[in-house]
Amino acid sequence: MSIMSSYARALAVQNGRAQPVATVRHLHLSATPMVFIPLKLAGEAAAPLAALVGTDPANPRLLVVPQPRNRDLRFAFMAELAEVLLPYIEGLAGVTETVEAKTPYERCADAPQLLVPNRGGIAFTKLLGRSTRFRRTDGPYPVHPSVPVLGQWLTFLSERAEYAGSSALVSMTDALALHWATGQSSMEDANLATQLAWIAPPEGLDGPEAALVAEDPLTSPPAGPETHPDFDGQVLEYAIQAFETSGSAAQVREALRSQLEPTWTLMWQGVRLLRELPEAATVEARWARDRDQFTRETARLAEGGFPRGRVDGAVSAAIRLADLESALQAYEAQRAFDDPLVMIEHRVAGKAFSGEVVAVDATRRIVPAGKTRAAPRPLVTIRTSDPVRLSPGRRLVSSRNRKQRTEIVDITGDLVVIQVNDQMGRGATPAPGSVPEVGDVVCYAELDPSGGQRPRLPAGEDTPWTHGGPPEPYVPTDEDAQEAWS
Amino acid sequence: MTRLDTLRGPAEPLDHNARTIAALAVNPGCDRRALLDAAGVDKQRTATHLGFPAPFGQSPFAITRAKSFDALVKANGCAHLLRLLRSTLDLSISEASYSDISDVGGNDDHQVRHTRTRALLKRAATDGDGAGTLFDHPLLKLTVAGHEVYLEPAVIAFQIEGRFHIVEIKSFAVIDDQADAGQVAAAARQSAVYVHALRALFTAEGLDPGRISHNVVLVCPKDFANHPTATLLDVRQQLAALERQLSRLTRIDRILDELPIGITFDLETQSPDEVGKAVATVGARFAPECLASCEMSLFCRAEARDRESTDVLGRAARDELGGIESIPAVLGLADDSRPPSPEQLEIAEQLRYVRRIYTEAVA
Repeated sequence: MSIMSSYARALAVQNGRAQPVATVRHLHLSATPMVFIPLKLAGEAAAPLAALVGTDPANPRLLVVPQPRNRDLRFAFMAELAEVLLPYIEGLAGVTETVEAKTPYERCADAPQLLVPNRGGIAFTKLLGRSTRFRRTDGPYPVHPSVPVLGQWLTFLSERAEYAGSSALVSMTDALALHWATGQSSMEDANLATQLAWIAPPEGLDGPEAALVAEDPLTSPPAGPETHPDFDGQVLEYAIQAFETSGSAAQVREALRSQLEPTWTLMWQGVRLLRELPEAATVEARWARDRDQFTRETARLAEGGFPRGRVDGAVSAAIRLADLESALQAYEAQRAFDDPLVMIEHRVAGKAFSGEVVAVDATRRIVPAGKTRAAPRPLVTIRTSDPVRLSPGRRLVSSRNRKQRTEIVDITGDLVVIQVNDQMGRGATPAPGSVPEVGDVVCYAELDPSGGQRPRLPAGEDTPWTHGGPPEPYVPTDEDAQEAWS
Repeated sequence: MTRLDTLRGPAEPLDHNARTIAALAVNPGCDRRALLDAAGVDKQRTATHLGFPAPFGQSPFAITRAKSFDALVKANGCAHLLRLLRSTLDLSISEASYSDISDVGGNDDHQVRHTRTRALLKRAATDGDGAGTLFDHPLLKLTVAGHEVYLEPAVIAFQIEGRFHIVEIKSFAVIDDQADAGQVAAAARQSAVYVHALRALFTAEGLDPGRISHNVVLVCPKDFANHPTATLLDVRQQLAALERQLSRLTRIDRILDELPIGITFDLETQSPDEVGKAVATVGARFAPECLASCEMSLFCRAEARDRESTDVLGRAARDELGGIESIPAVLGLADDSRPPSPEQLEIAEQLRYVRRIYTEAVA
């Protein structure tokens, strides 16, 4: 949230339509995304009720649990879900490409992408993973062999979803909110139907009118994972009773289909809207990270890797936290440099500025601190009307060359003087084109697209006693495998 | 008949519960909610009458689950609960007596139950013979906005050696020692209301309110099973917030003084239009958060939309826009078609700048 997005919201109210807050698409969209709309039974921790799932808009697969309180039926549901998801995931793992690096390695050419309607969908996916990954195919309460494998994959995907900029498991409302400001509050944007109504109202209606229509649970049932309480009381309860007496799931299936199909249509509408936007410059690099992680997880599982334990050890938790922070920092910076509309937020905050180069001292050479020989350190003077809130010495990155390091030397009135520190070639004077020229319009920001460095942490076996000492590696237990799921 | 009774009409007044008070404390600036609650108006019915039924409800599955979990925890003389209390409070209680105060000899009149609650709690506080006592459904009273209201009891008060703990049973799961943050926060806010009410009762009885612990025992199902687990929840922060908000709550008398004489929200005699007009005479402070907790929220949102208020964009957006009340004013300041007042100079400059670079970037 910033004054820019809030202004765009106000504008959306005036124009009766959502306003753009991005000019390019900041997430990867797979050619064949797997749309997954799970529903759960109200009041239960993780009792799946139904799902509509598939990669073909015209051909969704409906899965239901006709009696959600029945444990066997739940596992049957998970096995059926695995029938849809595992071939999709494992099929993508088969095709690899060689990445040219210092030590070339194999990487999956594509990776799975799951699209769920909202954050609730991500949280529920995580719970489904948690409740199935420890299961065993033998002993008491055996499950179908695909169930624990699916549990591991769902866990992997929901972990990826915590990393900013990952496109492995995406909430549609978040993806849309990244690109459009509606005339309703961000809280109401969590409702896919009203959010889309503001972004692309149907013929003859404006955004607010369409949003009012979309709020009616009869025309737009909740996008899950919770169902509407009235539906539960007036339809679902009786349908489940009918299953109990007749043994036929038909009534439950029809009831749940009616709740899921409208959301299915909305999900693909969202996909189409996002596809219309050109992909941002750094999306591919971030998707490559997703593919890296997918390749790694595939290899780990192929070696019979254990499911992830219930809790992290101290060192792995610290590493994870640092990586999450670094991913967020890099993502924020990359997004801003990819998109002038996103950069506005940083310009308004005074952390970035844009302007015209009015003077360049390209031949300037000084002896940098800690060095003995003089090196080129050109000065560039930029005139800006942005409210710069930076001080001399701050390191900036340029939108022209994100690797070039620069720092502020002086700010006087609307003139900012920066010194260019590297990326100018090996010569005594800067290589042509490595330093901006008078008349160029440039943008500099105190943002680091590299994401910074992970702090040095001890190896797991050297965990100090203050953090519980070396953690016991997780070994699956009978207790975990037979955990009650009532 | 008091002024509040006139407002409500002949319908029976509705009880407060911890949820309504917690919601009130979340939005203390809302005169409308304060007044409707103080008068015991059925907001659900009123909103439906006005054509804006509340956007939320409770699923029968959730209710069944909550009831069955509650019954499980209390089964066999609260066996589960005692076991959990022993371990979480680190006590060696051998047994505890159990008194249900949901009615007194078949009489469920509020006054009678409240008197009984007071008497029992006072005796437990003064006797303090070391034995534990569980008081289920204690009916407490609370002063809200200058008016006394009864608090629908959904908790257990546990007494041991003269010290009291509030025990709250919730049916959301604690998975791998983690529960949904939003639900825990809501439970903490509600428990704080009971701690506050119990302390008020003690103060009124001349007892030390410090004997009521700020650590609430929260009982929830563990992982995916029905097996209960308990955690201590420190509600000091919620308690402080609640007390501050309650003291800030606009006095109902002040709101009443500003109302036109003879106004009523009586659904029996008044048309939806008339009730709508009457409700509109009491100022509301809409925020999108209301949609999750207040039955009147859709009515208030429609009203805020008609006024083109920045409230509909959410609190954060409103603050970002310098707290300016109306959307046309925001856009007017941004495109320079509206002169800023002296206190708007700074935000007006920012808005003009945002408009300029936003327009540039979108073009």
